[in-house]
Amino acid sequence: METDKSYCAVKIDKDKCKGCINCMKKCPTEAIRVRNGKATINYDRCVGCGECIRTCTHNAKYATSDSLDLMNDFKYTVALVPPSLLGQFPNVIDPSVISNSMKNIGFDDFYEVARGADLVSALTRKKFEECDRQKPLISTACPVCVELILIRFNDLKDYLIDIMPPLEIAAKIARKRAMKATGLASEDIGVFFISPCPAKVASTHRGFYTENPGVDGVFAMSDICLKLMHISQAEVDITRPIVASNLGVAWATSGGEVSALDGRVLAADGIENVISVLKELESGKLKDIDYVELNACPGGCVGGVFTIENPFVAKSKIHTIRRTSLYNKKNTVDKIEHLDEYLRSLDWETDDVFVLDKDFKKAFVKLRQVEQLLPQLPQLDCGVCGSPSCRAFAEDVVNGIVTIDKCVRQTEENGIDDDLIKKETE
Amino acid sequence: MSQSNSILWSFDVDGKNFDSAGFASQSTKFKLRQLGLNGDIIKRVAIAMYEGEINMVIHAEGGVANVEVDEDKIIITLTDTGKGIADIEQAMREGFSTATEEIRDLGFGAGMGLPNMKKNSDELIIDSAVGKGTKVTMIFAI
Ligand SMILES: Nc1ncnc2c1ncn2[C@@H]1O[C@H](COP(=O)(O)OP(=O)(O)OP(=O)(O)O)[C@@H](O)[C@H]1O
Ligand code: SF4
Ligand SMILES: [Mg+2]
Repeated sequence: METDKSYCAVKIDKDKCKGCINCMKKCPTEAIRVRNGKATINYDRCVGCGECIRTCTHNAKYATSDSLDLMNDFKYTVALVPPSLLGQFPNVIDPSVISNSMKNIGFDDFYEVARGADLVSALTRKKFEECDRQKPLISTACPVCVELILIRFNDLKDYLIDIMPPLEIAAKIARKRAMKATGLASEDIGVFFISPCPAKVASTHRGFYTENPGVDGVFAMSDICLKLMHISQAEVDITRPIVASNLGVAWATSGGEVSALDGRVLAADGIENVISVLKELESGKLKDIDYVELNACPGGCVGGVFTIENPFVAKSKIHTIRRTSLYNKKNTVDKIEHLDEYLRSLDWETDDVFVLDKDFKKAFVKLRQVEQLLPQLPQLDCGVCGSPSCRAFAEDVVNGIVTIDKCVRQTEENGIDDDLIKKETE
Repeated sequence: MSQSNSILWSFDVDGKNFDSAGFASQSTKFKLRQLGLNGDIIKRVAIAMYEGEINMVIHAEGGVANVEVDEDKIIITLTDTGKGIADIEQAMREGFSTATEEIRDLGFGAGMGLPNMKKNSDELIIDSAVGKGTKVTMIFAI
């Protein structure tokens, strides 16, 4: 897949957008503004969490994913099945039925991302034995949380664990296995991920996964579920058994990832909770925690915006699967050699998207103006101006993106003294 | 550069609220990032300011944190009206702490705050009077 650094999976349908400010208020990176009655996204700041999609009551926000037609470009295709998919069908308890049903909807084979998760857990347990390691280690499984760290908490980037995330490992193994089974060249094999979230679509297109070729396309879980609706359980041939463990499947829900680890672990889910934990970490607290699991979606990946089942119902379903079908399955990967090929060096690029100006002198003047303007604003953070907070509005005014008369305060008697802005810009 | 050209902001540091301790240094850190300053100075300011902020919370029942930025330096002033420091030289020593058992249980009281503030700032000035309060000034060259 060609990488495109600016790829963004969250889009706005301008015709449906009513210009309400609900999405803007929810955005954790203040990437949204409402201008001329329509929401706009600053893609440099978008981490793809999907909060705006969840809040929009007008269906004006949507997420893109790859077209299923992409499968036709390859001679042989493999579906990477995430554990969250197992929670989407309340009446199907057997995970091998769900995974093997991929062959009924056009894939030649499947591979479990939960198995990749098992490998990550095994590698993480090995890391815990190293005495001079960073503390805590932060999971890289949720791309939203990684992006959030890279743009907003960039001091924490060195804590990101240097192990490939489950998806990347699964893609690597699936491709190798398909090449061996078919004798085909790598480029003839299409490896596709069935994603619970737009974030994994975006991260794949942006080249977040370093293994190349890794994933050839990312399909929305909802698109796949729609196709599976027409397949009955009886039609599914169980040709390949499930290899992932009980613990690997647990990664679909918050707290699942850490359940495979000893030591002091912490799991946070939901973007606001993730941010609160990152703030604690940033200020140097939580030094005695060994491992931090972060999921941007409430409840974990079962809460992703491409899922079709209620996250709590999906969670209950996964719990049942883990207790029944997979109950005796132990994680056997500790015995696997060559695990080291799934380590990866840390070369995360941080991006300062909050800088007021690339030129220090200009940024300096702008910050001063912001600090002077801010106390004059009503501190309502009402969003009527089209900026998510009074502070963001002040920044937008100083950056010349919006004029000061957009603030509600201007309609009252004691308006804002905008001379200071005029003076400085002249 | 004249006084009026600097950027100023300040915070009330609540002495009763351990949860919010760190807010002033965190906000300051973010604003310094908006200036596009390099990561090293931001880190040093954040660490030193956090230690000073915590000291006001655990040893002085809170106070005020003032930040002044001009084009070549950052000045952080932490002012409280707490119990004051009797022997500043002693307080500056690594490992010296008057923190109670309860405070130590919360993870503070290693006696490393002031030494850390000294290490991370370019200049540290402590002005304190027992029973009156303490004023800590830290200067960082940009
Ligand atoms: N603002 C203050 N008001 C009164 N006393 C203070 C203040 N700041 C520091 N001190 C005194 O100086 C001592 C040393 O401070 P320092 O920050 O180095 O260590 P600590 O706060 O005791 O422990 P640590 O910072 O490692 O958690 C404190 O124990 C306290 O007695
Ligand atoms: S929690 Fe899971 S589903 Fe949600 S954004 Fe992160 S990776 Fe995607
Ligand atoms: Mg201290």
